[in-house]
Amino acid sequence: MDRTAIIGVGMTTIEAEKRRETFADMTWEAVNKALSDAGMTIADIDNVVTTSSDFWDGRTISLMAVGDVSGAAEKNVSCVEGDGTYGAFYANARALSGSYKTTLVTGHSKGSQCVSSLITNAAFDPIYERVLGMDMITASAMQANAYMNRTGVKPEDAALVSVKNHGNALKNPMAQLPMNITVDDVMASEMIADPLRKLDCSPVSDGCCAVIIAHESVATKFKQKPIWIRGLAFCTDSFFFGDRDLARSKALTEAAKKAYAMAGIKDPRKEIDLVELYDAFSYQELLWLEEMGLADYGKAAARLKAGEFNLDGALPVNPSGGLLSGHPVIAAGLYRIAEIVLQLRGDAGAHQVKKAKTGLAHGVNGLCGQSHCVWILDKEK
Amino acid sequence: MSEIFKGIEPMVHNSKISVPYSWWAGDTASKFFISLRDARKIIAPRCGKCGKVFMPPRKVCPTCFTENTDWVDVSDEGTVVSYSVSRRQLEAIPGDKKVPVIWGLIKLDGADTALLHYLDEVDPGSVTIGMRVKAVFAESRTGGIRDISHFKPVK
Amino acid sequence: MAKRVAIVGTGQTFHKSHRPDVNGQELINEAVQRALADADLTMKDIDAILIGNMDHFEGINYVDCWSVDGCGGVMKPVIKITTGGTTGASLAIGGYHMVGSGMFEKVLIIGWEKNSESDTTGAITTAFDPIWDRQVFAGAISGLAAEAQAYMARFGASDRDGARVSVRDRKHAMNNPHAQLRKEVSLEDVLASPMLADPIHLLDVCPRSDGACAVIMASEDSAEKICPVPDWIWGTSAHNTYSYLGDGDWGRLTSMEQCAKEVFKKAGIKEPRKELDVIEMYQPYSFAGLIWIEDMGIVGHGEAPQFVWDGNTDMGGELPVNPSGGVIACNPIGATGLIRCAEAAMQVMGKAEGRQVPDVKFAVSTGFGGCMWTNMLLHGKRKPN
Ligand SMILES: [Zn+2]
Repeated sequence: MDRTAIIGVGMTTIEAEKRRETFADMTWEAVNKALSDAGMTIADIDNVVTTSSDFWDGRTISLMAVGDVSGAAEKNVSCVEGDGTYGAFYANARALSGSYKTTLVTGHSKGSQCVSSLITNAAFDPIYERVLGMDMITASAMQANAYMNRTGVKPEDAALVSVKNHGNALKNPMAQLPMNITVDDVMASEMIADPLRKLDCSPVSDGCCAVIIAHESVATKFKQKPIWIRGLAFCTDSFFFGDRDLARSKALTEAAKKAYAMAGIKDPRKEIDLVELYDAFSYQELLWLEEMGLADYGKAAARLKAGEFNLDGALPVNPSGGLLSGHPVIAAGLYRIAEIVLQLRGDAGAHQVKKAKTGLAHGVNGLCGQSHCVWILDKEK
Repeated sequence: MSEIFKGIEPMVHNSKISVPYSWWAGDTASKFFISLRDARKIIAPRCGKCGKVFMPPRKVCPTCFTENTDWVDVSDEGTVVSYSVSRRQLEAIPGDKKVPVIWGLIKLDGADTALLHYLDEVDPGSVTIGMRVKAVFAESRTGGIRDISHFKPVK
Repeated sequence: MAKRVAIVGTGQTFHKSHRPDVNGQELINEAVQRALADADLTMKDIDAILIGNMDHFEGINYVDCWSVDGCGGVMKPVIKITTGGTTGASLAIGGYHMVGSGMFEKVLIIGWEKNSESDTTGAITTAFDPIWDRQVFAGAISGLAAEAQAYMARFGASDRDGARVSVRDRKHAMNNPHAQLRKEVSLEDVLASPMLADPIHLLDVCPRSDGACAVIMASEDSAEKICPVPDWIWGTSAHNTYSYLGDGDWGRLTSMEQCAKEVFKKAGIKEPRKELDVIEMYQPYSFAGLIWIEDMGIVGHGEAPQFVWDGNTDMGGELPVNPSGGVIACNPIGATGLIRCAEAAMQVMGKAEGRQVPDVKFAVSTGFGGCMWTNMLLHGKRKPN
């Protein structure tokens, strides 16, 4: 198979409410930042993949809002609905299929413009479940209970994820919620759905991220040092919670296994230097790390406590502050990819980790991590 | 921000997508709902190949990828697989439900997959995984999932 | 190395105005089972799934996640592509790239819609910019009426010319058991049907339908083993030229012209009228059957009415258009573009039965939607170079 690389990234700051910018304005900013990061003009881009959601955007054919500002008017274009990692997956396939050389991929979302509880309630089955009134938070609480019951992990243990990630965000100027907090602060925050407290939950956010993927034949033609795509895979589990083991995530294990195999990674714990993952809720960072094979099942909390996942730990996890510090749905996974790219290039600034040759970025679709997408990126080809 | 937008206070336009939906339940779900409504009985389809009994009911076995062939009665009692307690009156919660609202994932005896529903007549703090519960049917039943009012602990 | 890609199986539901006996997942399953049977494959052979529809027609968020039981996606990669009316064609193009990338050997592509479950016009209206266009625009019909008016003004065409296209497609639908509307009409019937938006009569436009379509694509490594005559994809193109309704060059479909130029260039096609054998066009209303074949480069601007009147696009004509009866006979929106692709594939594979055009070497399928957007695939019997 041919090789591809990420040669430019651009992101807006993540904010609670971007009143001055529409979807198009945010995208315009991210696209131009990515182009300038890559040392390209829009004429150097030969096709576009946007990522958006008609539900979250409150608009049928939501891609229509961002086509112009992505430079798509004269180019081939498509749109993936779901997390940005999936949009980028398709963008990468377009570069590998021999049809295109440089794909611009964008992901945008404005949580501030809609009611998250209603939008995520619409992800439940309309005939059997929706009238019961669950949403993303109450569903995730159900998963947290299942996980904690199985592993003996306590809410206080998961709270430490929030403490670490909000702390990391203090060093990331793009993050929405930089905070110096303690486990006691998390445990004293409002209980929303047992065992999830306000500070265990990611916030409502606005933001846009853009990434440029290039085929190897042009990857070194532009200004930026390419970050190579070594492995990527996605996998979807059953829909109904009652069909799945909510305390585990089979689909993530499978996606990670495939991505490692493609990347030629034999021992991920030794070979992966840092992780940016989809911590929409504090417990998820622990569960996802375990299901990716980066910690033993039920043991991530102990390693977190030992400081291993800190910015200066053995395996930094979410040095950017993660979703807990800013969660523009849809764009969130693309931010994870962009963050890993900056880290591997050594361009992450104050939240730069020391050893950064191989990084993992992760995105999620659906409720309680029904579907996962895993990317392995590398400084070297 | 450029000079030309100095002093501009951005406006908000409020809107709402109000599209009415009428979801066809289809033959499979309708059979289940009619049984709930008219007989207060919980029934489920079974895969003729692997023998799995599906709750909620569905036409096709996702693993064998063949149509489920027969229907069986399942118990109105089961075990809580996991649960969730909402303390905040989130927007998705129906108007007749006041917090704390408890949802349970309940594996009914005789079914292989668990059903999502309400738990009630129980203190939220004393709900546990593994707890035994029993269905309470609604007095007025219209052929929907809420024909079961909730599940309560088995004494 | 990039892989060449072919369609090796297709499946469709029998499209109807409403299907109360099944929910969305179950409807999808019918099409998937037929496609697997057509290719003589099982779900185990499928490496990835692409699925799409338009969210607000069914009101289900994360359809890719919700539909796994029906589409066979449990523990497989499932991805959703959604681009409005072009969704079905965008999915086919997506499948082409996924297989072409070498990452997946065989993919299942599914487009579906249960339009009976909502108010189609109400949902479409939310497509337009909420601050500008949405306030003044209702559904899809007003945009199409604007296009037809502009074309008639520019080239002196009449509503009879449009009606002739509708008569053709409705006659063709008689040969297609999957079509929803199978009733022949006369020119007079079309012109006497209620006026929806000048000059468009009720019988000039598509219905709304419940239906699903599934297509299986495979790489050159296995395509010929699965299927004696696979349908090779020679090229794809997607142009979303406009974003606001006022931006269009009304009376021309610029996006169609862009797609056609690109795709024909890839395959070295210089005279599409001679070199193509059949077209399955996403033609939501009759006048598009005139305007858009001009933009595709089949005939010159203003020449389509005569070309159509002379019977060239009828079954048995020089270049039959929509042997399936097209979108006027059936329109489950998220599936519609993929149905065009499947029908073109069946023509190339020689599986089109009562609607088969003899000896098809090249076929074109298109998708239409959004703000006058076009998607296109070129299908061929010969393996691309
Ligand atoms: Zn089975």
